[in-house]
Amino acid sequence: MSIKRADKKKEKKELIMQRALELFASKGFYSTTIPDIALSLKMSVGNIYNYFKSKDILAKEIIKYISIYLGNKLKDINEKDISTQEKTRQIVEVYFGVALLKPEMIDYFLRIYLSNREVFQDGCEGMICVNEFVTEIMIYFEEGVECGDLRDQDFFSAFGLFMGYLGGMVFLKGENILPKKLDEYVDDISINIYKALRT
Amino acid sequence: MLSKKLKILWLTAITCNGNTHSFLNYPHLDIFMDTFEFIYHPSIDSAYTLNDIINKEIACDILIIEGSISTEYIKADAPIVDIINKYASKVQKIVTVGTCASFGGMFRESDYKDTTGLHFDKERPTSLFEHIKEKTISLSGCPVHPDIIANTLYSIEKKRAIELDSLLRPKEFFAYTVHNGCTRNEYFEYKIDNHQFGKKEGCMFYDHGCHAPYTHGSCNKILWNEVNSKTRAGLSCMGCTEPTFPKGDFFHTKKNMGIPQYLPFGVAKRTYLTLAGITKAFHIKRLEEDLFDD
Ligand code: SF4
Ligand code: SF4
Repeated sequence: MSIKRADKKKEKKELIMQRALELFASKGFYSTTIPDIALSLKMSVGNIYNYFKSKDILAKEIIKYISIYLGNKLKDINEKDISTQEKTRQIVEVYFGVALLKPEMIDYFLRIYLSNREVFQDGCEGMICVNEFVTEIMIYFEEGVECGDLRDQDFFSAFGLFMGYLGGMVFLKGENILPKKLDEYVDDISINIYKALRT
Repeated sequence: MLSKKLKILWLTAITCNGNTHSFLNYPHLDIFMDTFEFIYHPSIDSAYTLNDIINKEIACDILIIEGSISTEYIKADAPIVDIINKYASKVQKIVTVGTCASFGGMFRESDYKDTTGLHFDKERPTSLFEHIKEKTISLSGCPVHPDIIANTLYSIEKKRAIELDSLLRPKEFFAYTVHNGCTRNEYFEYKIDNHQFGKKEGCMFYDHGCHAPYTHGSCNKILWNEVNSKTRAGLSCMGCTEPTFPKGDFFHTKKNMGIPQYLPFGVAKRTYLTLAGITKAFHIKRLEEDLFDD
């Protein structure tokens, strides 16, 4: 395949994933069908199957797509020459930023990926499909401990604190419970996380 | 009749004599002695005394140094530095045996002032013996394997070109990691430690402090006593051939939030974590079971 054609195919794939994400977020995963996705993209059902052989495969590809998207943003932060405290703030900022700009991504991660594990059993064992994202969180933790800023502890006790907190805030926002805008919480929340994790 | 054997001076500095003991276990010592002779060795019968070595002019082809070096260290009333310089100028090759003589090693911690290896203080090059550096070959190890000593000496005798790494170690023996050839490689691949010291199952990298993936050496290719290696037998490699030896954390893996601080040579953190994430997601039943007792 020529590079141009491959790029086009990749673009189209991303378009399908993006639209599927929006539909899954608004209508729910099980009530959204491939024909629904096809219709909203003005594509034929058969053509969608050229890109994704089944809805389950599409679901897995989407979670990988989100993981790469978030992972790349965190990688940029990890590669900066800044303090662990500042990194913490920027990660919270990026996460909330994505929750605002692409709420369907975070929604998909929290409501579909984490709550429909049966869909992701085969091919997304462990954290394989969110590897890029988790790897960057690991690097952030590891480097924080190595330079003496963060307290050494089990990875999951730190990961749970970090992601649980952020997920909880995005959830409250989704339920329209938060009195302030999400980005107004960045400073307080990053200070809370940093204080909880530091040495 | 003048002997055609290559003449070796085995000089000991600040040392536990561990490399001497290792060398005495060389299984073909009798054949070795057909080609080489020691003008002086602290534990093998030799033609001269240490006083002769210091006070007389004696022909010599190879200078072997065992133990770390300090300008303060005196041997038979002569500074070790002077004895080294006296013979270094006349020999073809200088061979440091053991990590102490090569990089400072254990005895770098001694009370003598500025104790180092012949050319290195850990990995930092030193200048005291700069003028003899091009003659030197470092055989690190605590101790170095006897085959490595003997085969290096044979290569010198046969005038073979010996390719060295940046720490003057022959690539022939030190281009590999000790991890190479360990019988536990499958456990390493699938990230299964669950090891108990001395048992056959499990890799010791993840919890038990095995330094082998970041240690240069041939321990799993040239076996000890021709039968085994530390890691095959079930004890973690302590990284004794490296300039950083002794690094500590011998029986437990230093981790930061569950991620090993020292990764296999040349493997970037991101690469390691990506691979680790994938292999950790799977369970290989065969590798989680005992090999023998059901
Ligand atoms: S025990 Fe050590 S040498 Fe053996 S496979 Fe594991 S890391 Fe490698
Ligand atoms: S296995 Fe490691 S510690 Fe043991 S002798 Fe070899 S390099 Fe040294």
